[in-house]
Amino acid sequence: MIDGSKIRAQFPALHQKVNGKDLIYFDNAASSQKPQVVLDAISNYYHYDNANVHRGVHYLSQKATDKFENTRKSVQAFINAKNSCEIIFTKGATDSINLVANGYRSILNKGDEIIISQMEHHSNIVPWQICCEISGAELKIIPMLDDGDLDMEAFENLLSEKTKLVAITHISNSLGTINPVEKIINKTHAAGAKILIDGAQAAPHTFVDVQALDVDYYCFSAQKMYGPTGVGVLYGKKNLLTTLPPYQSGGEMIKEVSLKKTTYADLPHKFEAGTPNIAGVVAFKSALDFITDLGIENIAKHEDDLLKYAIEKLSEISDIQFIGKAKKRAALVSFNIEGLHPYDMGVLLDKMGIAIRTGHHCAQPIMEHYKISGTARMSFAIYNTKQEIDSCITAIKKAQIMLG
Amino acid sequence: MGTIAEIQAEITEEFNMLEDWMEKYEYIIELGKALPMIDDKYKTDDNLIKGCQSRVWLRADEQNGKIIYSADSDAIITKGIVAVLIRVLSNQNAEEIATADLAFIDEIGFKEQLSQTRANGLVSMIKEIKFYALAYQNK
Repeated sequence: MIDGSKIRAQFPALHQKVNGKDLIYFDNAASSQKPQVVLDAISNYYHYDNANVHRGVHYLSQKATDKFENTRKSVQAFINAKNSCEIIFTKGATDSINLVANGYRSILNKGDEIIISQMEHHSNIVPWQICCEISGAELKIIPMLDDGDLDMEAFENLLSEKTKLVAITHISNSLGTINPVEKIINKTHAAGAKILIDGAQAAPHTFVDVQALDVDYYCFSAQKMYGPTGVGVLYGKKNLLTTLPPYQSGGEMIKEVSLKKTTYADLPHKFEAGTPNIAGVVAFKSALDFITDLGIENIAKHEDDLLKYAIEKLSEISDIQFIGKAKKRAALVSFNIEGLHPYDMGVLLDKMGIAIRTGHHCAQPIMEHYKISGTARMSFAIYNTKQEIDSCITAIKKAQIMLG
Repeated sequence: MGTIAEIQAEITEEFNMLEDWMEKYEYIIELGKALPMIDDKYKTDDNLIKGCQSRVWLRADEQNGKIIYSADSDAIITKGIVAVLIRVLSNQNAEEIATADLAFIDEIGFKEQLSQTRANGLVSMIKEIKFYALAYQNK
């Protein structure tokens, strides 16, 4: 059993007044707050360890490099990757997807197909649109059912020998849908294609075992996992990353450079050109330790309880419409109140110290499906409590009266 | 019809009489509801002030050397805010509109509406309103 209030004490940002009220933070799907251990790790790095990594022979450079590489090992253990060289540090999940999409520009040809779904975040749509535009490949879209589940039958019909890559979200950032990734991965492999899973919303809430999943590429962001902003991970199978063309180029990613010909560094450095976000990567280890110490299954259980409680309480509100009622869901709830614009709701809740997200959540094709301009979204993290949900429901009712 | 400065002073006085944020927002919501809707035929992409959160349509007409604005939004708070802007800036000379100092926004307690994240908020509305005025001036 997790004691939410005890955990809250570790998050300084939660202990502030917003518009005169105690902050209630329900925008965790966008970015979670950071525990003291992560803040300390960032500060300690700059206080005592700061130097560029992988280059200097001097003490500080070694120290920084060791810490940087320790995080890689932590990530490897966290997702059960076979090799630490399969963990590439990026700026975030968006950057990770762009890295792969950029490589596929030269792998794909006219006649090839990429499959994505209608419930993707824009960051798992636009890179593939650009990739297709440049390579001549075609983008196919798996439609969504009204309850917020993927149309798996349609997916199977889209798969063919033309399919080269499938890129799907693990958990929808707007609907909370947990997609059946095991099944999707198996079907994709059976069709002879590779698969990328956008795990930005999944990695903070569910145990991910990349070997058990047999996933080819898996992406996530530290900032949604109690870690720093500007750090992401791309996991890729070693053999695939070895042949994937480099993304950005410059220092760090080379083996030898002459003005005629350059050979690239081995994995993972081939994909880590330039000085990385060392402090962020180093502090990310503290975030992973924080999650591991609590146990991700305990975190998931706590958030699941909050989700069920929130749905139950929200159901008491007149004219509420839930957007997305997938069979399996995680950590967030999207809704609208008939006749009210989510923006108005968001503004009034903010005045009452409550942070929710309103709008299209960077997933406009989903909004198009439901013929709405946006939703209000409450998303949960380990430090949220049922009392906060109660306060939020009271605030929603108050806003409803004001706007009615 | 007062000058831009006079109307601003008038609005500031009205808002200063309101006790807290709730009353201020209730008033804004009231103003939003009172602002006449614009005909659907004017809700075109050309008249749309594009943003992330709520949609705002703004149109401008010239009458006897003055610019008349009308606007609508699908969000009621946004509509209330644009209603206040219209009260200040509509039916004025193009030059006065283009150079208007809108300090009252801060004074009436809507400073946060000026923030960047309220992408469709005051900043883009003011820009559009002034843009129309400049366009008329240069005609």
